Amino acid sequence: MNNFLTLIARDLKLAVREGGAIGTALGFFLLVVAMMPLGLGPDLKLLTRIAPGILWIALLLAALLSLGRIFESDADDGALDVMATSPMPLELVAAAKAAAHWISTGIPLALLAPVLGILLNLDIAAYPALIATMLAGTPAVSFIGAIGAALTLKARRGGLLLALVVLPLYIPTLIFGISAVSAVTLNMGAQSGAFLSSFLILIAISLASVVLGPLAAAAALRIQMQ
Amino acid sequence: MQSHSSNPDQRPDHRQGQSLAQRLANPTRFMELSAKLLPAFAGAATAVILYGLFLVFFNSPADYQQGETVRIMYIHVPSAWLSMMAYGLVAVSSFGLLVFRHPLADVSAKAAVPIGAAFTFLALLTGSLWGKPMWGTYWVWDARLTSVLVLFFLYLGLMALRSSLEDETLAAKLTAVLALVGVTLLPIIKFSVNWWNTLHQPSTGFTTSIDPSMRWPLWIMAIGFSLLFFAMHMKGMRNEVLRRRVKALRLADVARRESAPDPVAAE
Repeated sequence: MNNFLTLIARDLKLAVREGGAIGTALGFFLLVVAMMPLGLGPDLKLLTRIAPGILWIALLLAALLSLGRIFESDADDGALDVMATSPMPLELVAAAKAAAHWISTGIPLALLAPVLGILLNLDIAAYPALIATMLAGTPAVSFIGAIGAALTLKARRGGLLLALVVLPLYIPTLIFGISAVSAVTLNMGAQSGAFLSSFLILIAISLASVVLGPLAAAAALRIQMQ
Repeated sequence: MQSHSSNPDQRPDHRQGQSLAQRLANPTRFMELSAKLLPAFAGAATAVILYGLFLVFFNSPADYQQGETVRIMYIHVPSAWLSMMAYGLVAVSSFGLLVFRHPLADVSAKAAVPIGAAFTFLALLTGSLWGKPMWGTYWVWDARLTSVLVLFFLYLGLMALRSSLEDETLAAKLTAVLALVGVTLLPIIKFSVNWWNTLHQPSTGFTTSIDPSMRWPLWIMAIGFSLLFFAMHMKGMRNEVLRRRVKALRLADVARRESAPDPVAAE
């Protein structure tokens, strides 16, 4: 457990000191959201209605850009091989690195989302729901993304391939994330049950991917280290 | 030099130290067996599909509501069925590769993916052409259409991942991991798409029972398409085995030439 936390702390430190890693994802998130009204027109009613969808899709794309970071630099400088030969199971290594990705990218993106919600005229009452669903859903983004990052580690055109491989697997997260927020924005207060059921399923998806992701990612890493 | 001399050992058909299951799936034995089975499967597929097409066009009624367009169903439904069966086959083959290290498992998975993708595309295409006269649009975000589209994306991901890795053994195993991840997530994706669909629009309710006069041609076509799939899969596997042999021979040839003294260089 101690090693696990140390590894998370190390990855977080690297993410901060590498510089630009977190900022780029946030900047991309901001830009995608800002481009949307320019493409769709400044109709505030329309924007209110589609704001949860835009925010979630932009979040997925921003997170996608940073997924490569999970294993890439450590694979390049050989640190991953050292971790693989350490007594700590590779599954836990993968879990720690995915968790560090969640903390360094998922949480900042989720916290920035309400600010961007202003640009999209999102109802203030929906902000708690938005932050809650994004905090609950981003672990799935990081842990499913870790599978894709591990699979495409040695592939040519890794970045584009990663998107092709991972985006279909994000569909459940996207659907339940958006439906939970939309339940709040569309029928305010009338159906709190609609929010809760989507939200709980979203948490279930996140928990399942926290278990499944490291297993599959470690399997993919082991294959490539043989 | 080192890598060249070790290349013949990387051939997929290791023949030493085999268990019974492996011996039964020995590539050489597979080639012998499939050479006999392939014409039978191909012939049966042709005969059954021709009979099925005859039934479809001359011996089945037009629908009282949908008219002649209902005949698209006889291509559409078997394609949709095969799109899922092919993914099942890919998943089972991937499992066989990762767990049992079966020598033919990857050959089977690799051959099944493009065929499965083709049938998935056919299902989407025929569904779209059928949707235009029926629903008035080529595409609706119906739950089933969306799930099939996602399945198509998964096939594309498998093909893209395999083609972007140079090392074939690595590509085989990583693709197998992705196939297994996909098969684990498919039920969740399917469930979430259903949920999403019921949230946005009511179900269109096309699940009425089918008349026996249409059921029989549909069954014939489904059997014919399945036979066609197995024939194509077998042919694809044979091609893959041959391709690997040719590659191994070429590499062995290069290794032999490099170890022999070069007459041109000696001059």
